[in-house]
Amino acid sequence: MVFIWIALYLLSAEAYLVFVLLLLGALLTNVIFMLPKAYPYRYLLPAAFFLLLLVVYPIVYTVYISVTNYGTGNILNKEQVISQFEGRYALEPDSDEFVFQAYRDPQDSLWLLFTDSQGEKMLGHRGELTRLRENDPLLDQLAGYTELSRVDLVRSTNELSAQSFAYDDTHELRMRNINVFNLYLQQYSYDRERDALLEVQTGIVYTPEYGYFQAPDGTRLTPGFRALIGFDNFRRLFGNPQITGPFVSVFIWTIQWALLSVATTFVVGLFLAILLNDPHLRLRKLYRSLLILPYAIPAFISALIWRGLFNTELGVINQILQATIGSSVPWLQDPFWAKVALIILNLWLGFPYMMVICLGALQSINTEMYEAAVVDGATAWQQFRHITLPLLMVSVAPLLISSFSFNFNNFSVIYLLTRGRPPIVGAQTPAGHTDILISYTYRLAFESGRGIDYGLASAVTLVIFLITGAITFFNFRFTGALEDVNKNV
Amino acid sequence: MYRKHTFFRGLWRHAVLLVFLVFALFPILWVISASFNPANTLVGQSLIPRNASFANYIEVFTSEQYPIALWIKNSVVIGLITSALVVVMTSLAAYAFSRFRFKGRREGLFASLMVQVFPQMLAAVSIYLLVLGIGKLIPALGINTHAGLIMVYLGGAMGVNAWLMKGYFDTIPTSLEESAMIDGASPFQAYYMIILPLARPILAVIFLLQFIGTYSEFILASVLISSSEKYTLAVGLQLFIQDQYASRWGVFAAASVLGALPIVVLFMFLQKYLVSGLTSGAVKG
Repeated sequence: MVFIWIALYLLSAEAYLVFVLLLLGALLTNVIFMLPKAYPYRYLLPAAFFLLLLVVYPIVYTVYISVTNYGTGNILNKEQVISQFEGRYALEPDSDEFVFQAYRDPQDSLWLLFTDSQGEKMLGHRGELTRLRENDPLLDQLAGYTELSRVDLVRSTNELSAQSFAYDDTHELRMRNINVFNLYLQQYSYDRERDALLEVQTGIVYTPEYGYFQAPDGTRLTPGFRALIGFDNFRRLFGNPQITGPFVSVFIWTIQWALLSVATTFVVGLFLAILLNDPHLRLRKLYRSLLILPYAIPAFISALIWRGLFNTELGVINQILQATIGSSVPWLQDPFWAKVALIILNLWLGFPYMMVICLGALQSINTEMYEAAVVDGATAWQQFRHITLPLLMVSVAPLLISSFSFNFNNFSVIYLLTRGRPPIVGAQTPAGHTDILISYTYRLAFESGRGIDYGLASAVTLVIFLITGAITFFNFRFTGALEDVNKNV
Repeated sequence: MYRKHTFFRGLWRHAVLLVFLVFALFPILWVISASFNPANTLVGQSLIPRNASFANYIEVFTSEQYPIALWIKNSVVIGLITSALVVVMTSLAAYAFSRFRFKGRREGLFASLMVQVFPQMLAAVSIYLLVLGIGKLIPALGINTHAGLIMVYLGGAMGVNAWLMKGYFDTIPTSLEESAMIDGASPFQAYYMIILPLARPILAVIFLLQFIGTYSEFILASVLISSSEKYTLAVGLQLFIQDQYASRWGVFAAASVLGALPIVVLFMFLQKYLVSGLTSGAVKG
């Protein structure tokens, strides 16, 4: 029932593609529920549906957008752009002036009586123009309506300026000011056969090239429309100095950021884990549960809190620095210190996780090894270097790689603490010194002051896909997750 | 490796741990203190607030311009609904992967691993345009609706969850189901009445992990939700504070404390499960 209702609704909304997809989906569902052999697929249906619609399809669509020029200036599709151009009119230079009187009929509908310079009268109503003879009966009809006073005219300016009447093939009658209407010339007309836009006055032919209507001399009409432009976005990304420069610096910082994040959190986490793993240590349970607290707080809240602590003028960190060493640090204004601030924040967020997994790994190391080492006269450092670290790495290394790819795309920390700022001077795209690829993409797509650029954003996204994908594949290899799949089947 | 300490050695360790304790706890204490400070500003705050009051908390619940309490409620509701649906959806899929042998099983498992290669939030642009399109046909699922946001989260939730859950189902012996089926139970009854009750621990872990993840999700929520009364806390809190730390610090602190509370409490209760869940999930990719 519901299905039929939706189907009818889609048909009425003229969404045929969706209708066909829905039909196919319904057919498939029925097959799955009718064939006994297809029984297991019933259980997979909901998960598969959402996975296909909201993960697989968006990925495919991202690939598609990356080869289009979708973005500010090219938001509309071609039909919409053509109808926009066809709706453009320019004042006819040697147009006659048409004074007018406006009337309202009892239904409140507007009637306009035009008089040209020769005294010819015309009546306009609902877009249609009727030429009037002398003593036309329509004039008597008009006398029964209420004529608008000057004040009423001013009040109805919006309604009046929306009025247009076809005068002849290429001209329209439109309001010029509160006193007169003028002839306006249609600027462009679209030739369906040649797929070209003709400028009526000059006769110049604009043909669609790379998402714009372009004249033979290369002049482009704006707005453009959505179109396939091949690998242009990638060429811009890697070939346009004003885009490539910032992109490369964003890229390098992304790698540095991910490496530093993993390194700092791991070193501190491991250090604390070794301290806490000591069975003779007093209060270790208390230390452990207090040190883990930062991990329990949602990262978006922590990042915003730290933004307050790092506040240059009033933040508590600078106040302490001021009181102790007598100078403060421009945390969020200076590229270097902004990066330091990010690393500190991420250390705070991430060390408890590393501490916990290292504690787990340490506990699984057989203590007999250490006893043997002590017998052989190994120092504490040698024990750490040759027993603890290698054994720890076996179980922790894959987690470090996951942590690397997590931080590689750690949008919320970057965006909420620095928003990518301070900006890189001279960049053509909104790139900042602390932007990582994912935040750079987000700003390209959703909040650039210079207009959004979905196409370029999608191209950057594909670069991120490739890198994250490569890391994850490497990690799967490492942990044997792929072999797991084979084994389990 | 560890010897019994002399007094001095023990002191050294405690000193180092105390330094890190200060690092870990200072921001938290500072914010809690700020939330009770009626001055509502960064200026001149001290660790123990003078004239402590609940003014900031009251503001969180009563402000009409910034309905922070409503945002927290939105986040909780969206998190609960998403997590519940995810548990239902993934347990069904995991059951099929664990108990049935069918064509495409191997590919399906493989796919559930592979989707993690492509984090959903990366496709935010496409998802935005997709939801925009869906909204034109079915307004209730469009841009700026909670239902639409939940729908998007459901798509991204398969991956690890299905894999973790299948692993757990594999450890449940099949003999129970077999005897139930001899008594005439259908596979679905076996799933519903035998597997699900036995798998409660993993269901709880998946539910909680999903809840925490959804609660903290920022990028998709900020792209898809545009009106103030529908914000999640992650989106709203960010817009509330912007650069106005000087004038909104106290209320922000109160909102942070309230907003973090549900997650911290959950975390404390379920630390053991969560950590093991997190690590094993990560080991698998």
